[in-house]
Amino acid sequence: MDRFETRTYDVLVIGAGGAGLRAAIEAAEQGVSVAVVCKSLLGKAHTVMAEGGVAAALATTDGRDSWKVHFRDTMRGGKLLNDWRMAQLLAQEAPARVRELEAWGALFDRTPDGRILQRNFGGHQYPRLAHVGDRTGLEMIRTLQDKTVQAPRIDVLMESTVARLLTENGRISGALAYRRDSGRFLLLRTKAAVLATGGIGRAYRINSNSWEYTGDGHALAYAAGADLIGMEFVQFHPTGMVWPLSVRGILVTEGVRGEGGVLKNSRGERFMFRYIPEMFRGDFADTEAEADRWVADVIAGRKAEARRPPELLTRDVVARAIAQEVREGRGSPHGGAFLDIASRRKAEDIRKKLPSMYQQFLELADVDITREPMEVFPTTHYMMGGVKVDPETQSATVPGLFAAGEVAGGLHGANRLGGNSLSDLLVFGRRAGLGAANYARGLGSEPQVDAPRVEAITAELLAPFERNGGESPYAVQESLQDLMGTYVGIARTADDLQGALAEIERLRARAGRVGVDGNRQFNPGWHTTLDLQNLLTVSEAVTRAALARRESRGAHTRVEYPDSDPQFGRVNVVVRRQGDAMTVREEPIAPMSGDLKEILEGKE
Amino acid sequence: MSGSNGAQSTETVLKIFRGDGTTGAFKDYTVPLQPGMVVLDAVHWVQAHQASDLACRWNCKAGRCGSCSAEVNGKPRLMCMTRMDHFPPGEAITLAPMKAFPVLKDLVCDVSWNYGVNRRIPAFRPRAPEPDGTWRMQQEDIDRVQEFRKCIECFLCQDVCHVLRDHDRKDRFAGPRFLVRIAGLEMHPLDAASRTAHLKEEAGIGFCNITKCCTEVCPESIHITDNAIIPLKERVVDDFYDPLRRLWRRLRGTA
Repeated sequence: MDRFETRTYDVLVIGAGGAGLRAAIEAAEQGVSVAVVCKSLLGKAHTVMAEGGVAAALATTDGRDSWKVHFRDTMRGGKLLNDWRMAQLLAQEAPARVRELEAWGALFDRTPDGRILQRNFGGHQYPRLAHVGDRTGLEMIRTLQDKTVQAPRIDVLMESTVARLLTENGRISGALAYRRDSGRFLLLRTKAAVLATGGIGRAYRINSNSWEYTGDGHALAYAAGADLIGMEFVQFHPTGMVWPLSVRGILVTEGVRGEGGVLKNSRGERFMFRYIPEMFRGDFADTEAEADRWVADVIAGRKAEARRPPELLTRDVVARAIAQEVREGRGSPHGGAFLDIASRRKAEDIRKKLPSMYQQFLELADVDITREPMEVFPTTHYMMGGVKVDPETQSATVPGLFAAGEVAGGLHGANRLGGNSLSDLLVFGRRAGLGAANYARGLGSEPQVDAPRVEAITAELLAPFERNGGESPYAVQESLQDLMGTYVGIARTADDLQGALAEIERLRARAGRVGVDGNRQFNPGWHTTLDLQNLLTVSEAVTRAALARRESRGAHTRVEYPDSDPQFGRVNVVVRRQGDAMTVREEPIAPMSGDLKEILEGKE
Repeated sequence: MSGSNGAQSTETVLKIFRGDGTTGAFKDYTVPLQPGMVVLDAVHWVQAHQASDLACRWNCKAGRCGSCSAEVNGKPRLMCMTRMDHFPPGEAITLAPMKAFPVLKDLVCDVSWNYGVNRRIPAFRPRAPEPDGTWRMQQEDIDRVQEFRKCIECFLCQDVCHVLRDHDRKDRFAGPRFLVRIAGLEMHPLDAASRTAHLKEEAGIGFCNITKCCTEVCPESIHITDNAIIPLKERVVDDFYDPLRRLWRRLRGTA
């Protein structure tokens, strides 16, 4: 195998966003050798796009907050389908993880008495998001990046894509990757692998995600035989940009609403008052006057006594409401809702609290958000579903495989609260790094790599070069994106989903015939043919899981079953590979412990 | 878009550098125009329809990640934040990779040197926390450091800096990006380390003669020269050229 650049590690971390870097830092601190392999340059991961903040019950801005309230909000936001132990760990450990970032150099915005300032966000009862203007993700990535490069035992392999995980007797033994710049193969022998690859947003045309979000980790885990759970739950963020076409889908932070921004339809109505679900009725203002009192309190830095504006309902609710307003003919000129902060806050406050939003709209859409409303519509944003993991160690159902962050399933249930993904990265990135390091140290014998298998994989990866003159991979990816947006989007029916499955099979056949131009050096066409295989796998998984869940819950809406069904509230839909077939089954969720139940019911 | 009267052009020509570190030439691609289109959209259109192997970097397409840096009509810019209607209609637009770094392929450069510079900067070292284990900081004390931490590492400032671009002094000079990073550490209210020796010797701050080219191209509008580099130069002068301090260092044996 001299044709390969070969390297050997104890722990291989795949992905260099918040979860991957936090995992690598933790594993290295345990004294094992670590590599981080990432598709882009270090520091460019999608975490930089996180705007609003990191949710942690620090209780610096409102002393009434605690991990118990955070736990309850997370479970209710997830429509009780969350892995309750993960939700508990998230709520309990997030404050320490945020303070740790500060000790590593991060600079969060401050309260008047010099502590970490927290911001309101959808579904969080109290101001809970530690933030830096609207560029919190960048602050996190830079802090973790600087910590990573100073760690002596972490190699960073930039611009390299892992194409397959390798196993020996069902446990992880390595990974085969290629370097994007040269196209050369990289054989990574490892005892443990941590997936931290993020989500699947590029399966949809209108999305807020970067090119990297092709479900690589989901597909790698699936191919290695791991269970995936909750794949039917794709989060459509309520506020993506609508116009001009070239920026369609780019995210407008929930922070706009957290800072007092309101949603209106073409008649000027604040329509969200009509969409408050029964479960949340007591917690939200039912008049504009009360909602305005809440905003006034928040701006003045007082503890809000009024109930919250309905614009701060969870993302699934707000996204469905906007889609319905547009469908019923009350949309904005370009088919969205109006998001208005201009009439609510002073221009200088808007520029200070939402600087990136201000710049983004001014430069890309010719809209000055201090003077005019924005136009917004839901955009594919986040994958709640993912690799089934043990809540304590983040280990998958395949020995030696771990997953953290967006690629892991369970924590967010049927809908993720804004701000919980950044705390997820920190809390479970650390746990995955620790879990992987402990596993690697406890391994008796070094796992062996199957040489003929590696040869076979490289032949598969190079096959598109043999098909010079075949269809463009971009055309097939676009067809898939249109299919998923149209038939596996916000509102789903059995007919649409069945049709989508048949079409995915046809697209798979087309994907098998695509060809690429040029050579192996930095060739995006070739890379797209390989990413496309992952997108097809996750698209099939989302569609099959969506068919299996015959109810509406959180981000998953089935038109024929508009209500939640208590039976389905007790199960996860699990997807697993069996030979070449994708199997789907329901798996009961373990009953919640008594003390957590009491917290959930508000008895504590 | 408003602005130009008369016939709207429906397409435009991109002249894109195709090649690697040794050979290459500009090649013409005709691209259809859409309202609000940015240069990166045009590059993606070329990839999808005319040259699937055209290499460029990008991630967020919203000016946050700093991946899609290139020279558009000779000016260092983020392709995702450069509108096509910024240029006169009907005139070809030239796209070239950043000049200050070796070309890997097409619009992609080898920027690995920057990562090596970053690794050598002395790390953040916080002072001891308060008894409750946390730190108190006033917003006005962190405002200026938060400005430096807005940096998205697009390396456009490195590309335009004549010390790196024209004189290729990568052996002696860290460049504006890393002077900004060092400023963010030096002026951090919690940091207890000193980096003036590093600034003087390894980062080569003396090479900067404050022409402000870096400030002009910064997509985050960081006042690189005024707020970062000049105050750092003052610190170096205070520490190394102040006669009393020089004597003090000699007495302590740390000269």
